[in-house]
Amino acid sequence: MNDNKPILRYNANERSNHWVVAILFVLAGLSGLALFHPALFWLSHLFGGGPWMRILHPFIGVAMFVFFLGLVLRFWRANFITANDRLWLRRIDRVMLNKEEGVPPIGKYNAGQKLLFWTLLACMLVLLVSGVVIWRAYFSHWFGIDVIRLSALLHALAAFVLILSIIVHIYAGIWIKGSIGAMLHGWVSRAWARKHHELWYRDVTGDKTPHNHGRKEG
Amino acid sequence: MASQDIIARSATTTVPPSVRQQQEVAKLIDTTKCIGCKACQVACSEWNELRDEVGHNHGTYDNPQDLSAETWTLMRFTEHERDDGNLEWLIRKDGCMHCAEPGCLKACPSPGAIIKHANGIVDFNQDHCIGCGYCITGCPFNIPRISQKDHKAYKCTLCSDRVTVGLEPACVKTCPTGAIVFGSKEEMKVHADERIVDLKSRGYENAGLYDPDGVGGTHVMYVLHHADTPRIYAGLPDQPVISPLVGLWKGFSKPLALLAMGAAVLAGFFHYVRVGPQRVEEDEHPAPVDNTVHPVDPAVHVYDPNRPGGQGEQRP
Repeated sequence: MNDNKPILRYNANERSNHWVVAILFVLAGLSGLALFHPALFWLSHLFGGGPWMRILHPFIGVAMFVFFLGLVLRFWRANFITANDRLWLRRIDRVMLNKEEGVPPIGKYNAGQKLLFWTLLACMLVLLVSGVVIWRAYFSHWFGIDVIRLSALLHALAAFVLILSIIVHIYAGIWIKGSIGAMLHGWVSRAWARKHHELWYRDVTGDKTPHNHGRKEG
Repeated sequence: MASQDIIARSATTTVPPSVRQQQEVAKLIDTTKCIGCKACQVACSEWNELRDEVGHNHGTYDNPQDLSAETWTLMRFTEHERDDGNLEWLIRKDGCMHCAEPGCLKACPSPGAIIKHANGIVDFNQDHCIGCGYCITGCPFNIPRISQKDHKAYKCTLCSDRVTVGLEPACVKTCPTGAIVFGSKEEMKVHADERIVDLKSRGYENAGLYDPDGVGGTHVMYVLHHADTPRIYAGLPDQPVISPLVGLWKGFSKPLALLAMGAAVLAGFFHYVRVGPQRVEEDEHPAPVDNTVHPVDPAVHVYDPNRPGGQGEQRP
């Protein structure tokens, strides 16, 4: 087996879908933050001023939700939590210190990525439902004031959790060298796949030999 | 109005100008004197150049049916049946209460779109309004309305343009029975007390002033015959407060959330600085495929614990 041949981790459609969601997230996030705190209201200028930002934000949000559903349909099967994931989570301190001994081999996604996936899905659902309720131009007149108030609060809360999660997601990409490339051009090296997603590596290469995990530290 | 008069400003975290000491004003609406003629509604439309669409009769005296971006005040009629079986026709002129602690101002995300003047008037600045409707979400009295024409929020201004130049609001000027009076808040309270004494002497034991503490008091106050049950006046809230949901949404949680986001970014940065990135060594330093004979690197020490001295090989 040619050990130098890279592995395709994400195909062109998956990559495009991810980056469409990412761009829409940045737009929805910046316009949402402008509404979130006075200190960030200047961000509204990026969208052509306050009224245009108010008009655009919900449409951007709905588009983000629709494309995010595309990601969910593509990846949900790979995100079920397994026994190895629970062990991985217990060893999160070692993972954080770039140590590998005792960290179980994982499939296409590690437990952190899986938790992120489900957290994002939950946040997106809350944002969609609460966002429709507080969408004054079209929908708010169908709802009572208490539902609107609760939705405004939940919308801000879900957005806060979403932004925090994405900060973690982006940092993980910066921290784990090779993963940004996986989502930009799609390819990862065999060594990368073996190191970070060994079960997935064995799956896609047909390599049944378990590689020794504790072989190196740091 | 001069900008020195603005003592609170929406979506502004610094101290607004507060150098001017102005007397607080108030409009007192005596529901016990109101005959429901709607002259105040007409005067409001006239002065503010508002012409709402002609609507439909819904089987009540309320006309139009509700407040709108072009109807800033509205007589609300309630046929209230007392315990003794007698009917009371309760008429309340609805409109902005000009709260001392305005829920609309607390909720508004656009700097300066809602301002509170030193005299107590809460005013919307449509030039800064973005049309999000958060003021509706924040208002305990269900007053602001978004115009379907320009998508800006509107409500009673307490005729701030008239008050600035020493005139009373248009509705006050036109009221034929003197049910609406205007002056300093202190004077209006004194006037209300006199009215309440009179009402009590005539059998309205629960007569009282509606100036709810929950919103810090209001600059539009009511004299009610039944101040113990404001809700019977077409749903006037008994204990109006800024909803705790709005308080949480717009309160201390916001700076904390911003702080948490900033902290998350910083935590990532310092994790990178202290722990460093995860690299795949094989990718960074791929094993060179060569067959050349390498001389022994003099820098490499071989440690063999079985050898006496335990110092390993000496350097060549």
